This record gives sequence, C-alpha cells and structure tokens, in this order.
Amino acid sequence: MKINNTAPITDELIAAHGLKPDEYERILSLIGREPSFTELGIFSAMWNEHCSYKSSKKWLRTLPTTGPQVIHGPGENAGVVDIGDGECVIFKMESHNHPSYIEPYQGAATGVGGILRDVFTMGARPIAAMNALRFGEPEHSKTRHLVHGVVSGVGGYGNSFGVPTVGGEVEFNARYNGNCLVNAFAAGIAKTDAIFLSEAKGVGLPIVYLGAKTGRDGVGGATMASAEFDETIEEKRPTVQVGDPFTEKCLLEACLELMKTGAVIAIQDMGAAGLTCSAVEMGAKGDLGVELILDDVPVREDHMSAYEMMLSESQERMLMVLDPAKEEEAKAIFVKWGLDFAIVGKTTDDLRFRVMHQGEEVANLPIKELGDEAPEYDRPWIEPGVWNPMASSEFPEAEDYGQAVLTMLGSANLSSRRWVWEQYDTLIQGNSLQLPGGDAGVVRVDGHDTKALAFSSDVTPRYCEADAFEGGKQAVAECWRNITATGAEPLASTDNLNFGNPERPEIMGQFVKAVEGIGAACSALNFPIVSGNVSLYNETFGEAILPTPTIAGVGILPDWNQMARIGTMKDGDHVFLLGGDGSHLGQSIYLEIMHQRADGPPPPVDLAIEKRNGDFVRSAIRNGQVTSCHDLSDGGLAIALAEMCIASGKGMEINPGEADLAHALLFGEDQARYVVTIPDADANFFAINAETAGIPFRDLGIVGGDALTLTGIVSTTISVADMRNAHENWFPQYMSAEQAPIAAE
Amino acid sequence: MKAAVILLPGLNRDRDMIAAITRISGQPPVTVWQTDTTIPDVDLIIVPGGFSYGDYLRCGAIAARMPFMKALQEKAAQGVKVMGVCNGFQILLEGGLLPGALMRNASLKFVCREVELEVSNASTAFTGGYAQGQIIRCPVAHHDGNYFADEATLKRLQDDNRIAFRYANGTNPNGSIDDIAGILNAEGNVLGMMPHPENLIEQAHGGDDGRALFESALGLVAA
Repeated sequence: MKINNTAPITDELIAAHGLKPDEYERILSLIGREPSFTELGIFSAMWNEHCSYKSSKKWLRTLPTTGPQVIHGPGENAGVVDIGDGECVIFKMESHNHPSYIEPYQGAATGVGGILRDVFTMGARPIAAMNALRFGEPEHSKTRHLVHGVVSGVGGYGNSFGVPTVGGEVEFNARYNGNCLVNAFAAGIAKTDAIFLSEAKGVGLPIVYLGAKTGRDGVGGATMASAEFDETIEEKRPTVQVGDPFTEKCLLEACLELMKTGAVIAIQDMGAAGLTCSAVEMGAKGDLGVELILDDVPVREDHMSAYEMMLSESQERMLMVLDPAKEEEAKAIFVKWGLDFAIVGKTTDDLRFRVMHQGEEVANLPIKELGDEAPEYDRPWIEPGVWNPMASSEFPEAEDYGQAVLTMLGSANLSSRRWVWEQYDTLIQGNSLQLPGGDAGVVRVDGHDTKALAFSSDVTPRYCEADAFEGGKQAVAECWRNITATGAEPLASTDNLNFGNPERPEIMGQFVKAVEGIGAACSALNFPIVSGNVSLYNETFGEAILPTPTIAGVGILPDWNQMARIGTMKDGDHVFLLGGDGSHLGQSIYLEIMHQRADGPPPPVDLAIEKRNGDFVRSAIRNGQVTSCHDLSDGGLAIALAEMCIASGKGMEINPGEADLAHALLFGEDQARYVVTIPDADANFFAINAETAGIPFRDLGIVGGDALTLTGIVSTTISVADMRNAHENWFPQYMSAEQAPIAAE
Repeated sequence: MKAAVILLPGLNRDRDMIAAITRISGQPPVTVWQTDTTIPDVDLIIVPGGFSYGDYLRCGAIAARMPFMKALQEKAAQGVKVMGVCNGFQILLEGGLLPGALMRNASLKFVCREVELEVSNASTAFTGGYAQGQIIRCPVAHHDGNYFADEATLKRLQDDNRIAFRYANGTNPNGSIDDIAGILNAEGNVLGMMPHPENLIEQAHGGDDGRALFESALGLVAA
C-alpha cells in the first residue's frame, strides 16, 4: 500500500501549523516554491517558539554564560562545568508545562525522560534530578488531580530510571489554575575528555537511529507547546508523548557502552520535534547536509506517513553519526540491550535536508535556514510598572504571633513537601548526603573520598510579578544562597523561563526585565547560565501565569565532612542571625497567608551584600564553626527558626531584637540573610569574625528544650511538636480529602 | 568469600549493591547477565533492586522466566546463599524460591523513606551480625512491597522462624501482613527483603546499620 504524503497547502493548514502569514512568506522566498505537506510540518516543527526561541533569543544572548569553570555553555544539549580531577558536571532544566496540564502523568514523566536524555546524550551518567512544580490554588477543581498525576509521573519515570531526586519546589497560586508548570532538572557526571556533542563531522557517514521505535505519539507536540490553551484543550491529548523509563534505562546503559567504543562521531537525542529537530541540528551545526531514508526508520505502527515520522515525539530515541568501521561492535551493544539500531541516512556536503520515503523525495530544504538561521523577533515590550515603597507600618500586625507561626507553617505554600518527595527515590546510587527538605540537595561524587555537589532550584514568582527585574535577581540570589548554606561554592546555573504570551507587550516586558535581573545577579555572583529553556504562551483564555523564571544551580563541596545541614544543631549552641534584622514586608508570604494581600514592592537584592554575606557563611562552615545553617526566604526569620526546630527536633530560646514592629522583624523577607548555630565555645570568636567582616549579626539566643520560645518584642512559646504537626499535616490532608465539587468557572 | 550479582535490564540498584559489596568485602563481585545459563562458583548470589523489564506484566515475572533463573534455582538447591533485595525479592518470589506475593503498597504510592526493622531471627546465615530482636534503621524505596501469604503459608513462616525482618514501631510502609519485611526459605539459605541495606552501610549514608547483614552473608563475622 502506498502511503499518501501529500495534502493541499491551504491557509487553514498553514495556520494550524502555528505559522504566521509572514513566516509562511519567508518559507516561500527561502525555497522559491510551495512547500510539500511534509516540508510544512518540518518548518512548523523547527520554527515554533519552543524549538526556535524566536522571541527570546535576542535577550538570552545578554546573559553571562562564561567563566573559567565553564566548558560548554548554552547551545549544546546541556551545560558542562568543570569539577576538577578530569571530571565535569553536565546539567540543564527544561519545562514540560503544556503536556503536563493536558495529561499530567505522561506529561511529567516524559519531561523527566527528556531532561535525562539531554544529559546522557553528552556522555554523562545522571546522578541527580530536581523538579520545580507549580499548580493552581488548592481549592481549584483541577489542582488535586494535577498534583497527583504530575508527582506520580515524575516518580514513575525517575524512580524506574534510577536517578535520585534531591530537590525541587512545589508552589500553589491561582495564577497557575489554567497552566501548571513542570520544570525538570537533571545533572550527570562525565569525564572532561569524553564529552559528546551533536555537531556532525565528515561527509557520507552513516546516520544511525537508536532506541525505541517511532509511533504516532506526540505528533505536533512542540507546536502545541507554542500556543495558548483554549476550549479545544481536550483535543490536544494525542500531542502528549508516552514515556517508557525501562527503555530509557536500557538506552542509557547502551549509549554509555557505545560511547566507550569510539563509534560515536556525533549524537543527539530526539526531543521536541523528534527526528526533524535532531537531524537538522546535527547537520546545521556541522555545516553538513543530511539525507534520511524514512523506509528504514523502525516504526511501531504500519502505514505511517513521512509527515508523521518526521514530527513524532516518541520517546527514548537518539540519532548519531557513526564511524562506519565500528558498525558491528556498535550494533552488538544495542542488540544486547534489546534496542533498535538502524542506519537511516547519511551526511552530505550540500547543506540540504533531504527526506526520502517510498522512493520519492518528500522534503528538500536548506538545512542552515531551518536550524540555526530560524526567524528571530524583536517583539515590542513595555516596561512593567513597579510599586512605590510601602512602610511596614502600612501592613497589619498579627493578632497572635505564636498562632501566626503555626498558621503559616501549616499553609499550602509553607508546609512540608514530604508527601511529594517520599514518592521519589531520593537514595538510589547511594551518594545522597542531603535529601529534599533542607536548603539544597547534596550528592557525593563517586570515586572521591570527600567531593560532593549541591543542587537547588528557586524562584519567587510573586516577587517577579511585582517587579520582574528584582524578581529575576532574587531567583538567582536565592539559588546561590541555598547552595552556599550547605557550605558549597556555587559553580553555575541553568534557567527555565516560564512566561505568558510574548506577543503581548506587557508579558514581553516581564520577560525582558527578568532576564536583565538574572543577568545582573549571575554576573555579580559569578554564577553563569550554562543551559536553559524558555516556555512561553503559558496562558489560558488570555490569563497568563505569574512570571516564573526558575533558576537551578550547582555548587561544589571539596569536603562534605565540612558541610552544613538545616537540622544538626546541638543543645547549648548559640543561634546567630547574619545579614541584619527583618524590615521588608512587601510581597511577603506573611501578607499572602495572614492577610490575603499581595502588595508593595518585593525585597530588593543588593548583590554585593549577598556575595559578602554568603562568602562569610561559606567560610565559617568550612572552618568547622557552624553546627547548622539555614537561609532566610519565605516567611523570614520566624519561619527559618521554626524549620530548623522541626528538622532538629530541638527548641530554641530567641530574642529577635528591638524594633517598632514585630511582624517585620519576624516575617520580613529581606535578602542575603542566614541563621547559623555556633557552639558556645566558638560564639565569641564567630561574632568577632562577623564584626570584622562587616556582616550585621545578632546573637538571638540558645538551642535547647522542646519549644521555640520568643521573648522581647513578642512573648510566645510554640512547641516543636505542634509546629511539626502543622507543617507535616497540610499536604497529606489536602491530598486525601474528597475532591470538592467542581466550582462554577 | 565470593559474591555474584545478577544483572538484568531495568535493574537500577545493581551499582549500589556492587559498591556495597566491594566496600565491605574489599573485592568486587562477579556479575551474571540475564542470558547466562551458568553462575560461577560463589558463596553468595544477590539479585538487586530496580525495575527489571520495566515491571511490565508483574514485578519480577519476566525476570523469573529468563535463562539465568534456572541456574539460580540450581545454585539455591545446592545450598548456595541467595539474597534478593526489593525487585530481587519480587523476582525470587516469582521464581518460586520463596513463598507468598508482593502486592502494590497499601497507599498505592511509591514510598522512599527510612523505616525501622526488627531482626526477628538473628540465627540465620544473613542476620548473625545482629542481636535477636535488635531494632535497626533501613531505607525502603518501592511501589510493590506489600507482602501477602495465605494463612497456612504465613503460619509456616511464623512457626518455622522464617521471618528474618519485621517493620518495627509502626513504620510498616506498605501494609505487609504481620509487618513482614524479609523472609527465608525453609532451608535458610535464601533471603528476600524489601528494604535496602546496601544504602545504609557507611557514614556518608548517615549510618551503617545495613552493614552487618553483608558481613554475615559474606562470612566476615561469625554467624
């Protein structure tokens, strides 16, 4: 049976492919004729927002991406950073927002699968994963279903694949009611002299298809992910891919074995836009043409058209350029692991992307223009408005501060995420030193007695909404601070920029200012962005998500014996606040939870102070003075102390200092601050050091007992048991509650 | 004493297990691939954890029908010590080396956390390094660890002192009958357990309660 590869190219068909009239004009002038149906699909796959970064490229170029530690910055499958001893850490974060909202389990699972492939396609064995998840308000009729599906999907894939999940975020806000966010991070370790890239080299060399067979799942997925949602959302379910972590695990082992043979000249995983994107990228980067013979592609279903094969996003697939001398050796590895190994084409010298099917040429396009010369926009943007300063006295105090601490600890956004992370394998590989629940996840580096890596993922979207520039800075600063709080030296970061529709100037303005803030912070903190992903069009019926530029970072600990944790303080230790008293309540979670308000400017980030305070904390940890450490973020001093008490099971007697207003002192979210505990014998020495370094500090009190006792400006005692109950109960109770009746929408 | 570790596609705690044995005994174990029809002469054979064959069909079911299984059954019949952890336990059940079944966790969710185990029988080739009734820490990480056996089988396990480990102090993470975490065959040379002692053998793991199990099984302490 001859499969039909043609369809009339109508205006409707062009629009359905997400191509704007001016983009179609560009196609016509580029190839000098009407594209074939398959070619239209290829253009749509390559030129959509998700694959081409056409709205964001101009701004991404402004980010700092280099440093002596950076081996490969953005442009590869993942960033590569030197960790010494001939090894590097390879990492990236990527979104799977749209598919996860349509089909939460598979959407999240394949998000994890995709990011793991990005890491091991470069030759690294994945050693850590994180997930930053954002959902609508808890009361929304879809939220529980999405939380359940996404968490199961993340666990289902990562656990089976065998990578420890060491950190992440879960946050609820009504602005994600119509678009949840699933940002998946993975990191792996490779030998610095054995990093594999996608750039094809050599003419006439075989292109080999590896892994799982191609099916019809995910056709058009990248185009779907580049559009807003409307009432047709249910029709988009077939654009979501279906994951198979078992095949991915086999593919990992087979690829790492294969890479040792020297057979791999170039390799690229098939992610968004599948075979199209991977083949074009390899050719375009290597200044070579590519010819594919689709009749040789391993397929799962009969009668697949060229269009479907080129646009399928079936998972667990790779494309590589093979050294022909090693063909038999390479093939034997894939046979052993039960995976497909098929030569499906060759490299050419004519810079054309040629696709053959059933003996006919179904596509013949200029490869450079498809790939690295895709369209680029300078979209109009307007400067987002910012808040005038608001004094803390303009915000109401709490009636009962002890009760306020318990209410906040037991709220949707501050409660323990144990319900989530106990569904993830946090221990596999036997190297996990710090699990989720602290400041950063820490994993020791195999083969070294003392070396370890720290990972954290952060952003405070309500700050970004109020001031995109300061919010962008703060996301970077908080990630840097969390890594620092373990004693690690932050090395580099990856960004996952989630925003609404960039064709709206106010959204584009948020994007521009957030990137500017991120760039400023990364420069000041020597924390370059080495990889990343942009997810736009996170809107439903014209309502955008909160601007959410997630920053995930990696730090290095030369000796994990000198590492700080959140809950290892001892009775009698002094509790020090570093970085100054709390004063700033604008956009604080105190206002959100206790007064249902979101006003005022977010706390400003002074990057020089951030660096100074962080460097001081790190050096104190490495000098062995610190028995535990926690950074201050959501909820300020009181919540940080409460979290330390819960983690350690110990109480504290605390005098937070003198101020006019208790709420700002206790819950202010001023930046660049830490709480550390210091043994009594070292407390004076530590205080002198802090004073010498010019770091504002306060000896708050002493560790001991089984309650957090506040004296001075407020007088209250909160038992650790009560705090733990409040903190631990919210999530399991929420998830086990009967689904509320669907509210009128 | 020499050890062997079975390798199957989809297992993923094989590397943890190999690292633990290497660290404790000073020598790496030999490995056996799914299609091997013989297993070298060793004193201890371990089927590690993971998701062999993707847990498709039923956890351990496909593994139990692969060529290595016949060799494993023969070795076990000869009295060689065999230990299955997590998916390895599921595989030993499916291979008929141990009785009962492991069902989906009562919570219906994957669970990874530390639990407490009671050493219910310290007079075995695997548990001699512990005291009878000793409570140890141990992590679990599984989706299908809810042990079940019919009444007669359960009574036999209890009466014959074949329950090696029980979840203690209310930490049963999966709904297992009689808090069962690990059981032995009638001869006492085959142990299956859901928890992961290989992830708690050194300071970096936050404790080493799992170490004595390997030291006993590898004959490094008097059983």
